[in-house]
Amino acid sequence: MAILEYRVEDGCAIVTWDQADRSMNVVNAAALEALDAAVVRAVADADVKGIVLTSGKKGSFVAGADLAELEKLGAGPFDAADLAKRTGEVLAQLRRMETCGKPVVAALNGLALGGGYEIALACHRRIVVDARGAKVGLPEATMGLMPGAGGTVRLPRLIGIANALGVILEGKQLAPDEALKKGLVDEVVPEGELLAAAKRWILGGGSAVQPWDQKGAKVPGGGIDSTGGLQTLMGSVAMVHANTFGNYPHAKAILSAVYEGMRLPVERAARVETRYFLSLLAGPVAKAMLRTLFFGMQNASKGTRRPKDVPPFEVRKLGILGAGLMGAGVAFVAAKAGVDVVLLDRDEAGAEKGRQYAVDRLQRDLAKGRTTQEKVDATLARIRPTASYDDLAGCDVVVEAVFENREVKAAVTKRAEAVLTERAIFGSNTSGLPITGLAEASVRPANFVGMHFFSPVERMQLVEVIRGRETSDETLAKTYDFVRRIGKTAIVVNDARSFYTSRVFGTYITEGAELLRSGVAPALIENAGRISGMPMPPLALSDEVGLDLMRHAGEQAKIDLGERFEPSAMGDAVELLVGRLGRHGRKNGKGFYDYRPDGGKSLWPGLGEHFPVGAAQPDAREIVQRYLLAQCLETARCIEEGVVTSPEDCDVGAILGWGFAAYTGGPCSYMDTLGIARVVEICDGLAARLGKRFAPPALLRDMARDGRTFYAS
Amino acid sequence: MRECYIYDAVRTPRGRGRLKDGALAEATPLHLAKTVLQSVVARGGFDSAAIEDVLLGCVEPAGEQGANIGRLAALAAGYAETTPGFQINRFCASGLEAVNTGAAKVKAGDADLVVAGGVESMSRVPMGTAGGAWATDPAIAFPTYFVPQGISADLIATMQGFTRSDVDAFAVLSQRRAAAAWREGRFARSVVPVVDGLGVTMLAHDECVRADTTTESLAKLEPSFKVMGESYGFDGVALQRYPQVERIEHVHHAGNSSGIVDGASAVLLGSREAGERLGLKPRGRVVTSVSIGSEPCIMLTGPSFAAKKALARAGLGVGDVDLYEINEAFASVVLLFMREMGIDAERTNVNGGAIAMGHPLGATGAMLVGTVLDELERSGGRRALVTLCVGAGMGTATILERV
Repeated sequence: MAILEYRVEDGCAIVTWDQADRSMNVVNAAALEALDAAVVRAVADADVKGIVLTSGKKGSFVAGADLAELEKLGAGPFDAADLAKRTGEVLAQLRRMETCGKPVVAALNGLALGGGYEIALACHRRIVVDARGAKVGLPEATMGLMPGAGGTVRLPRLIGIANALGVILEGKQLAPDEALKKGLVDEVVPEGELLAAAKRWILGGGSAVQPWDQKGAKVPGGGIDSTGGLQTLMGSVAMVHANTFGNYPHAKAILSAVYEGMRLPVERAARVETRYFLSLLAGPVAKAMLRTLFFGMQNASKGTRRPKDVPPFEVRKLGILGAGLMGAGVAFVAAKAGVDVVLLDRDEAGAEKGRQYAVDRLQRDLAKGRTTQEKVDATLARIRPTASYDDLAGCDVVVEAVFENREVKAAVTKRAEAVLTERAIFGSNTSGLPITGLAEASVRPANFVGMHFFSPVERMQLVEVIRGRETSDETLAKTYDFVRRIGKTAIVVNDARSFYTSRVFGTYITEGAELLRSGVAPALIENAGRISGMPMPPLALSDEVGLDLMRHAGEQAKIDLGERFEPSAMGDAVELLVGRLGRHGRKNGKGFYDYRPDGGKSLWPGLGEHFPVGAAQPDAREIVQRYLLAQCLETARCIEEGVVTSPEDCDVGAILGWGFAAYTGGPCSYMDTLGIARVVEICDGLAARLGKRFAPPALLRDMARDGRTFYAS
Repeated sequence: MRECYIYDAVRTPRGRGRLKDGALAEATPLHLAKTVLQSVVARGGFDSAAIEDVLLGCVEPAGEQGANIGRLAALAAGYAETTPGFQINRFCASGLEAVNTGAAKVKAGDADLVVAGGVESMSRVPMGTAGGAWATDPAIAFPTYFVPQGISADLIATMQGFTRSDVDAFAVLSQRRAAAAWREGRFARSVVPVVDGLGVTMLAHDECVRADTTTESLAKLEPSFKVMGESYGFDGVALQRYPQVERIEHVHHAGNSSGIVDGASAVLLGSREAGERLGLKPRGRVVTSVSIGSEPCIMLTGPSFAAKKALARAGLGVGDVDLYEINEAFASVVLLFMREMGIDAERTNVNGGAIAMGHPLGATGAMLVGTVLDELERSGGRRALVTLCVGAGMGTATILERV
């Protein structure tokens, strides 16, 4: 199988990496062996002055390691010694390349990420094309991993410890100009001049000795034992600890690899890196994060679960009913993605206000240099504010985003459908009203679907698509295409009260209220929320949502559910706080917290009077478990009831939708990691003490009995 | 087991630990240690060959304090070359640990006469010089929730409800007591001036005492650890270990924490026989001594655990001790200690402490032995307990008895 093409040109060996069977080059053993051979060949050829390593793939150099292979490694029986040996061979190959005696240039014609960039680091010079989509960096950390091919060894020695830690810990992918500024690449050239620039450097006497191999080499900004190095480490360790709550082993492993490795020669530092890299691969967090954040997200974005036999649906024109916060957000996002938007509100002024949302955000991006005036103008030109339903004619999709009220929604549905064709689909943005009921107002219920967007739309990646009883496969497929068209990720759920995301998310804040009611100190409730890896603690989150809104939702539930309604601790808490004490949450400056004008907040001291703190306090770890398992159980119930069918959708939806602790890979992934039998055992114990909200559903008991997991089956 | 007697105790005055204007910054740590080692022999009037070991505490054993300053100081002091020396590091209790270890040697019969003390030139060898893994190696920083001591001291204050005015009030007390003690000459027996090579005095008094300190003047000082805690992640780390705390109140500052100073100390310890042989008069005896480990993140809660363990080992109650001397690393440490022991300020640090006079890390423990012994003699008390909080979560305590 062809991997590398070798030719000599102007006294330079041009080695072109071009894996025949793939759209992008990935780092694997065969490729590295071929590279090794090419280096040997070039060194042996007296006519060759240096080596240019580039790629035959358009727009990409090497995308990194083969993540599917990595995942398999982690999943199988783990032979640490063998893996260390094999990784050692890779590292030795790279070391041979950088000490081969002839200068090697990485000519980066596009994406050079992870393993791809690590190979470039083992070259003596990195030149990248100034092209859209060209990115360099070490994104391993975003998937719970760390560089494993010398990245933690070479980057700190190249650009200094503090800079390298920043790049590696954040897993940032840098555009050419930023990469040049930070020193990740040495030169940025226009497309088409890459090889010429590489050859020019070699023929101009480019050095074949890495900075760290030079006599008296010093680490930029000071070595690990310099004052700067120690301060960097001390600060980084504290910040990483504070921000990750110890939930992300990769962050600690990156710090350890740098801390321990910077005192060692390059070859030996690489061995330290390998130990940490493999320990991450063997652990549960990287596995879970890879599964959901990479494969799950990829599948969801690709539309793996999109009904197959519906032809691709092109969305050119989008209608939005209601120019409030959600409508305006959807309009902004769609226009940015190149879709023409008709933004309709009751009157012109209301519609124009919605358009202003896009104006404000684009102006901000412009001020920060994130976009150009040209792009701003083009985006804004696509948004047409109106009060006339006639302007909806020709829309491929209409998103209804009016007030959460059945009558209002029904009325606008009818008026919009009057001007739509049968081809168009109609999406109702609701976070909880059953879609089947809303579809009753529609003359084409098969074209009617729920589209639950999250606020702020431009930042929240998820769209929870709700399939009503009448929603057709075709409409579902079109919805997938629409969501993808505007750059979002869809999960599909069936119609049920609160759908999936709101329903499961609700158990988290309810658990906070349960703890409060049972006498747990508010600070402990909140800190345990942070420690659990949720983006916000439950009481603060409730204040953000709005206690009055929560009270309103509770009252609605009481009406809707009748006898089936079950009072909850949160219901009682908001009744007290809103009903009796006028504490509505962040919006009126008082909720579970008191809000200061300077933006600060502190827990309301009066809580103790209404929720006396008990003498015995639980361990924070137990509370963390309660938070996560309450959500896991509700997820399992959703699966059992058929609200969601795919564990992958559950996990992707949980992480994108409400920020479920990412290190777990999502609720299903977390249950798999703990072991279903263990989940049942823990929850039985919790249920005995705390009540039936922790009672495991039959689904979990059956799975435990049969030894099944969510993902293996 | 044999008794271990204290025959003498000396210390240098404490000079401001600042290169630009500290009175002792021109004296090397070797010179400071030499000063007290020579003094002990000169005052005892015996041949240094009788000394069987020199134990010096030092918290930053690097640079000119590195490579075993215990032995080098003994040589510099002109001790017989047959007298060995070594350096000890129990962080802030190093000086007391030197005394305890020396006493243990005497009690065990492995030595008849030793000099134990400590030295720290914080101006010339600043804190952090010796490095160390705790703050920088994730393998130890993460599992122990490392935060700098000041954050721990503020955490103690927060958890105990000590307000800024509480800790400031204690600081004022320390200053007032130290000033009074100096005025009345209560340190006269122990303090030996540091003189330079020409015989000219460099410093004869503790340099940092501020008799005019008031709670009003302290109220103007900015908290020292607020930025570090809030902007560099350390508060977040501490709250993970103590999640019942909503936020850390940063109450400590330069005025209610121990001062950064230079100084050295030495205590002459020996068996009854050694004293008789050399014509020395015992002043006190080391009843018992312990060191303990405690939770490292809050770090500074060790003294009461150490003190209670020492009392239990000696078969004594809290009331059997006349004077308590707890190092004033931070005001909250002292307030916590008094609360945990059920003692009041009338028996505690009666002549002031490190908030007023400074804390020359490795030297302080042995300085406190001399200070409290002087006070027992002056006041006619019988027993005293000396203790210090110690980095990384430890505590060291020693019970002394006047004879």
